Order: sequence, then structure tokens, then C-alpha cells
Amino acid sequence: MKNNRRDFLKTAIATAAAGAIPSSMMLASRTASAADPVKVGILHSLTGTVAIAEAHVVDAEKLAIDEINAAGGVLGRPIQPIVEDGASDWPTFAEKAQKLLESDKVATVFGCYTSASRKAVLPVFERYNGLLYYPTYYEGLEMSKNIMYTGQEATQSVIPAVNWLAKNKGKKFYLIGSDYIWPRTTNRIAHPTIAKAGGTVVGEDYFPLGTVEFSSVINKIKAAKPDVILSTIVGGSNVAFYKQLNSVGINGHNQPIMALAVTEEEAIGIGRENLTGVLSCMGYFQSVQNPVNAKFVPAFKAKYGADRVIGDTMEAAYTSVYLWKLAAEKAKSFDVQKVVAASSNLGWDAPEGHIHFHVSNHHLWKHARIGAFKPDGQVDILYESPLIEPNPFPKLG
Amino acid sequence: MTLDTFLTQVFNGLSLFTVLALMAIGLAIVFGLMGVINMAHGELMALGAYMTYLTSIVFARYLPSLMGAYFIIGIVVAFAVTGAVGFALERTMIRFLYHRPLDTMLATWGLSLVLQQLYRQLFGPIDVSVPTVTWLQGAWNPTPGIAIPLSRLFIIGLTLAVALAVYLFLFRSRWGLRIRSVMQNRAMAGAAGINTERVDAVTFAVGCGLAGIAGSALTMLASTGPVTGQQYIVDTFIVVVFGGVESLVGTFLSAFSIGQLQSMFELFLSGSMAKAAILLLVIVALYFRPNGLFALKVRR
Repeated sequence: MKNNRRDFLKTAIATAAAGAIPSSMMLASRTASAADPVKVGILHSLTGTVAIAEAHVVDAEKLAIDEINAAGGVLGRPIQPIVEDGASDWPTFAEKAQKLLESDKVATVFGCYTSASRKAVLPVFERYNGLLYYPTYYEGLEMSKNIMYTGQEATQSVIPAVNWLAKNKGKKFYLIGSDYIWPRTTNRIAHPTIAKAGGTVVGEDYFPLGTVEFSSVINKIKAAKPDVILSTIVGGSNVAFYKQLNSVGINGHNQPIMALAVTEEEAIGIGRENLTGVLSCMGYFQSVQNPVNAKFVPAFKAKYGADRVIGDTMEAAYTSVYLWKLAAEKAKSFDVQKVVAASSNLGWDAPEGHIHFHVSNHHLWKHARIGAFKPDGQVDILYESPLIEPNPFPKLG
Repeated sequence: MTLDTFLTQVFNGLSLFTVLALMAIGLAIVFGLMGVINMAHGELMALGAYMTYLTSIVFARYLPSLMGAYFIIGIVVAFAVTGAVGFALERTMIRFLYHRPLDTMLATWGLSLVLQQLYRQLFGPIDVSVPTVTWLQGAWNPTPGIAIPLSRLFIIGLTLAVALAVYLFLFRSRWGLRIRSVMQNRAMAGAAGINTERVDAVTFAVGCGLAGIAGSALTMLASTGPVTGQQYIVDTFIVVVFGGVESLVGTFLSAFSIGQLQSMFELFLSGSMAKAAILLLVIVALYFRPNGLFALKVRR
């Protein structure tokens, strides 16, 4: 304690003294020495409604930062994360982004989960020429020069999912989703894909976020007798949807159901018994078999607890930190333009397998994986696509 | 549309009616009788859900052989704990805010945020899984094409039981008499020797306890997480306001009409549009009957 106070005093005095020095002399001290930490921002919701998904993403990013620091840092400098809470509130996200870029002068930010939060910070990142790594699977239709998108955009998940379902499960689709941009865009991509695969859409329904009553639509689904239910329901509504499906005897074993937005973490709240046999399409499942993932999963569990599970977005967030490190090292600089330029075609052996950035559109070439939930909440992988080219601006049906 | 689909839908409407009524009955007492706009009512439902979750854990660990009975105990625990929390809230916060409706709204809204974050700290940000007891899993099949979920049948029964209990409590008990007299004329009730402060606290506690019962029962249908309450609060307020704030019968009638209409709309419209249509209907109805379906005719 005493030491801390003394250190604090020293710093305070040094700062005060620095304030007195003419600004021309400050320039010399600005050029950081090699061992100075490089600051990065972490901007997610630690509180509020979206914290359910985002709080864990922070854990994955911190793990990557710790690993990189233990291995000597980036360009010889340790990473110093500055964590800010977006509080599930979009204006707060924009404020915190500005704070990170303007006063903390971070080299990059890893952050955002919902598209709404990304849209809120986008103008801030463009104005201050910052850099954001965005790890969530999302609807696409965006490409900012200041954002690197490390989750799959919609075509990378719905097209392989539909094609696989049409080939293996049947051609009559019932589309059901939460009512906002991601499910609606996803289904607009699904329509032409289903038609191309020779399938039909026998029903399409959207429910407001947070809906907990699905008995009527389940009745409609029973009447329509689809071969496949393609679900883009998100969040707490999923719990209600699968519980209520199960209560009338519909489950993953007697009705193919593909969930595009249920990760392993959410399986716990839904109740693993309600989810058994349900299909999922993601870029990453915790059960992926490769040497990198065989190190990543135990490292995560060692740091955060053996009962923790890892979902797609967490892996993408972990990968984001490494992709930034590699780009900075390739560019030999933390300058945003140089890092972005160095990211073109940049690849890494991620836990999800070898992936690499597109030559120009800031998205990743990624694998799509399709699997079925097992009684333990993990996913049995049934299909793995080759790397799929990102196409954030598809022709919408 | 086949007969099976239609009959299932009639049942769904009935089930939705009881779900809405169960959610609204606590608020009908707190908001309707006492005039307290409790924005944290949803979080008290979530508290009931979490109490059921804790009960299930205790049973799974110490009394695994009696796991089948945990849910009943869970409902009782949810009522008791949520009621106790309601009592404490009334004594420490709500009673200073009577006759200040705007301040009450702000304060209870703040309380709802505090409670959400508290749940997040205690139980984690991810939804917890409340197991449905085996005897309420699955469905009853009167014909091969109709599946009536046992959990929904249970909720119908529970709602009827709760409604009966509330009726007996309010209209056939000493406490009910005191509550009604205080609500009708506080000064006179006080002059007649009724401890009005005590009545306020008990009424509020009962309303909150009923929220706990609703939260507990709804774990069978929906999620249990820090924001669970937010999923219920809007529907709950709509039912109470639409029914007429001061009328318990109105609350039930309102739940019935909204439940039936919504499930019929959902059969023909997309879920979002059905919801919008319901809200539109409520707005139109309130335009013509500003005090709700069952407004008491009183001189003001």
C-alpha cells in the first residue's frame, strides 16, 4: 500500500512537471520506448440485456491478450487492455468508443456484439480513424474501412445451412425468427437459396424480441408439416420456443430444426434436454477437433473454470486479437491504415481451423459447420464446409 | 384449417388467457387497488423464477427422491420470498412515495435495474435452467392430432386456484375487509381504528407474492434470467390497464379477450403483426373507454 502511494505521488509529480514543460519537448517523450505497453480497448456490454452474450466475449479477448503478453507482446510491447462497459445502450457505446479513441488513444478496439451497437460506434471510428474488430456473426450489408469483421456474415451461414438441409433433411422449409434486421436479412438470403435447391417455403413468421409465447406458431408449424424448421430466433425467446416445442412432443429427433443463433453457452439456459438433436450452423463449435482448439479450450477452462463453455462469438473474439497482432507485426506498425493494409489476405491457424481475411472486403474466409446438440449441451459435428468467400453485399431475394 | 388445428388454437387461447391473468393479478392489486405503478413488478416475477430455481437445486442435492414434488414447494417458496421482499420494499421505499406517481415510477424503474444487475451478479448473465418436473412434461393427447401440454393445464389450474384464493382473501376475510376499506376511504378507515400503514404493507406484499407465483409457474414455459421480468412487464401492464385499473374482474376479462384475440391473430398473421394488431385494438378501446373495460362508476 505504501509503495503504491509513493508510486502514485511520483507519477502525480511527474505529470505535474510534464505539464510545465513546453509542448515542443513533449514530442520526444511521445515516441514510446519499445517496452511501453500498447493500449487496446475492449468495448462490450458488461451490464444490461446483452451482457448475457457479451460478458463472455470479454473473457476470450482477455485470454488472447494474456497469452500474447506471456509470449513477449506485439512488436516487443506488452498489450494493456482498457475495458469499457457499453451497458447494452447504444449511445453509451458511442461515448465509450470516443473515450477510448480520443483520450486513451488505443491502437485498436475489440468490441460490440449487436449490430445496433456497431452502427452506433461506426461514425466514431471513422471520424477518429480508429480500428474496430467486430466478432459477431451478423447480417452483412456493411464494410467500413475502420472495421474488421471476424464473425461470419449472413451468406456464410445460411447458404451452407440451407443447401445441407435440402440435401439431407427435406425441401419444405418453415422460417421463424425474431423481428429485426439479422433474421429478416438472413431469410431474404434463404429464399433464393431454397428456391435454387428445389425447395419451398411453407411458412414464415417473425416475433418481437423477448416474445415468450409460441403456442400459436407451433400449431401453425404442425399444420404446415414442414420438413425443416429454420429458426433465427435469438436470446431468451429461444428458451420459450424450445420448451414449448418439447411440451407438445416436437423435438430435434422427430422434426429437423436448424437454429442459426443458438450457441453452446445458450444451451444451458434453454435446458439441454430440450435441445437434444436440434441442428446448429456456426463457424466454430467447442467440439472442433484440431491441435489449436485442443490447446484453446483447456486454456480457457483453466483460466475461467472447468464448467465454462465456449461459443462461436467467443472464439471469433479470441481470433480477432491474434489477427490484429499478426497484422501489426506484418505492418511493423500500430498505424491503423498500415494494419488494415497488412490484413489483406492475412491468415491464421485459429481454433476454428485456418482462416484468412478477404483480399479487400474486411471479412474472413471461414468454414461453416453443421452439428446436432448432444444431451451434454455440446455439438456433434456432422458437416464441415470448405472455406467460404465472404460476400457482405449479396443479392437479396 | 383442420379441426385439430382449430381446437388446439382454442386451447392455446385459453392457456394464454390464464398465463396473462396469472401475470397480471399481482399487478392488479398493487397498481389497481393501491395505485402504485410498480415498474419492478417484472423483476419480482424473475425473483419468483429464481427462487424456484434455487429450490430445484436444493432438492436435487439433498432430496433427490422427492424431486417430483419440488415444483409445488418452489411455488410456495417463491410466494413467501417475493412477498417478504415486497413487504420490505414497501416499508423502506414505496411508502414514502404514495401520492407521487411520477416519483414512484422513476424509483421503481431504478429498482428494476438494480434487481436485474443483482441477479446478474448472483446467478450469472446466462439464463439458468429450471427443470420441469417429470409429471408435468409432455402432453395429453385426446386425439392423435391434438397435444395439450400438461404444463399449460397445470397453469390453468393454478390460475383458477390463485383467483379463488385472492377472491376469498379480499372479499371473505378480515384482512380483505380492511384492505377494501382503506382503499375506499383511507381517512375513515383510519378513524375506525384500522392501522392503514400496516394494511398498505400487507397489500403490497401480497401483490408482490402473487408476482412470485407467476414467475415460478412461467419457468415451465420460458426463460429464467436477469432480464426475464422485462419479457413480462409490458403484457402485464397492458392487461391491467385495458381491464380497468380498479377492477379485478376487469383484469380477468381483459386477459381473456387479449389471450383469445392474440392467439387467433397469430394464426393468420405473423407474430409481430399480431402483437401490433392487439396494441392497436387496445389503443382504440382505451380511446372510447379511457378507464378501461371495467371502470368503476365513482364520483370524483
